[in-house]
Amino acid sequence: MEAVVDNLDLLLEGFLRTLTLTALAATGALCLGTLVAAMRVSPLLPLRWAGTCYVESVRNTPLTVVFALAVFGLPKAGLGLTFFQFALLALTLYTGTFVAEAVRSGVNSVAPGQSEAARTLGMSFPQTLGLVILPQAFRNVIPPLASVFIALLKNSSIASAFGVAEATSRMGSLIEDNPSAVLWLLAAVALGYVVLALAASLLLSRLERSLAVAR
Amino acid sequence: MLYDVQGPRARRRTLVGSIVGSVLLALLALVVAKRLADQGQFDGDLYRAFVEEPQLWTRLGEGLRNTLTAAAYGLVLATVTGIVLAFGRLSTVAVVRIPAVAVIEFFRATPLLLLIFAFFLATPIVLGIRIQPLWALVLGLTLYNGAVIAEIIRAGILSLPRGQTEAALAVGLTRGQTLGSVLLPQAVRVMLPSLISQLVVLLKDTSLGFIICFEELLRVGGQLRQFLHNPIQMYVVIALIYIAINLLLGRLATYVEGRQRARLGQAVTVQPQPADLG
Repeated sequence: MEAVVDNLDLLLEGFLRTLTLTALAATGALCLGTLVAAMRVSPLLPLRWAGTCYVESVRNTPLTVVFALAVFGLPKAGLGLTFFQFALLALTLYTGTFVAEAVRSGVNSVAPGQSEAARTLGMSFPQTLGLVILPQAFRNVIPPLASVFIALLKNSSIASAFGVAEATSRMGSLIEDNPSAVLWLLAAVALGYVVLALAASLLLSRLERSLAVAR
Repeated sequence: MLYDVQGPRARRRTLVGSIVGSVLLALLALVVAKRLADQGQFDGDLYRAFVEEPQLWTRLGEGLRNTLTAAAYGLVLATVTGIVLAFGRLSTVAVVRIPAVAVIEFFRATPLLLLIFAFFLATPIVLGIRIQPLWALVLGLTLYNGAVIAEIIRAGILSLPRGQTEAALAVGLTRGQTLGSVLLPQAVRVMLPSLISQLVVLLKDTSLGFIICFEELLRVGGQLRQFLHNPIQMYVVIALIYIAINLLLGRLATYVEGRQRARLGQAVTVQPQPADLG
């Protein structure tokens, strides 16, 4: 118990890093995923094909392999980044595929009458997508996106194995220093993740309610 | 249906767009390829081992076998745990239901890596026994996926028509018998595609074993690349192995789903939750 209290500042610092990593990767994955989803529903065949290739290959690769490829592979391609940047890149690329799938199924869940009406009014494809379909799709997509981002929060713990001093990595080194407090440390860090996940899901369900429209 | 059947002008625009898109994608690929070529990543030496060293494939095969072993144990134990937890959560007795809910929610919200660490680091200190990395990995996978599978099974049971429960209770079955011999067999059938999708997640998650020195595919690859000095090529090969297996499993899930839809004449399958992406 003392080990947790005494090192609370270290653990909190770790969680701050976890949060930073998660927030940045979530932003990146949201942009990337939306772009890829738009590519996959567009009439442009090469873009659809490229989007499908990216989603199907990265989604079926374990995140740890994506991490290993980034951390050990990219320096060989002459790309030297910090461990944090590599972790951010790997998490963004991996989570982007799940965001793309969530947004795509959101787009497909918008009633066909909506796009038909937009087309009838003479809107172009980008207008139909940007002004009519995506605003509605994002509303439908918030619950699955919430799950994707909570998974991202948990997945960020893998960065601990690749040199990022986030919460799980801090826990690992604290356990080495205080082996007798192992259960307390594990419980404290698990509790931290549960609290963060709960906070995120509360926040997103409030957002969902505030964006909900009467239909 | 985001666009109509295209007329001549729209077709021309689509063609132009496709060409521009292809050119941009090709440029991107070219930049990447040039970068790799500049760093000598297309050097034959980096690929030779894959062709000339049968031992390399033997080692990778051993790694793959360990990966599949961990996934198989994990799948069986997680399914059993999932059924127990789902029954617990559906129980009418609060003393059973509330702990089951707490267990499911806790293990779903905890990173899997933390659970694996819990078994790997805590058991030697607390219980004084050193468990093999395989079992630390399998137990972690069991708890996390058990909680997820419990929710899948619960969703499957709740999706069944109420008449099934009512009829079973009316002919005098107990609640336990109703769950076990009437609802569960139907729910498992309905949830089979989701369960197969969860197997993909489980299989990918076995790669976390490399962190606790379990000799699975990724760890073997890591050892090999250290003296072949070809991390990009090695990890791409490993990724391709995972992609091939997971695409096959994905196909299987789609096939099973289609067959059920055809047999039942309606869409009864509940979509897998995107939360299950370990």
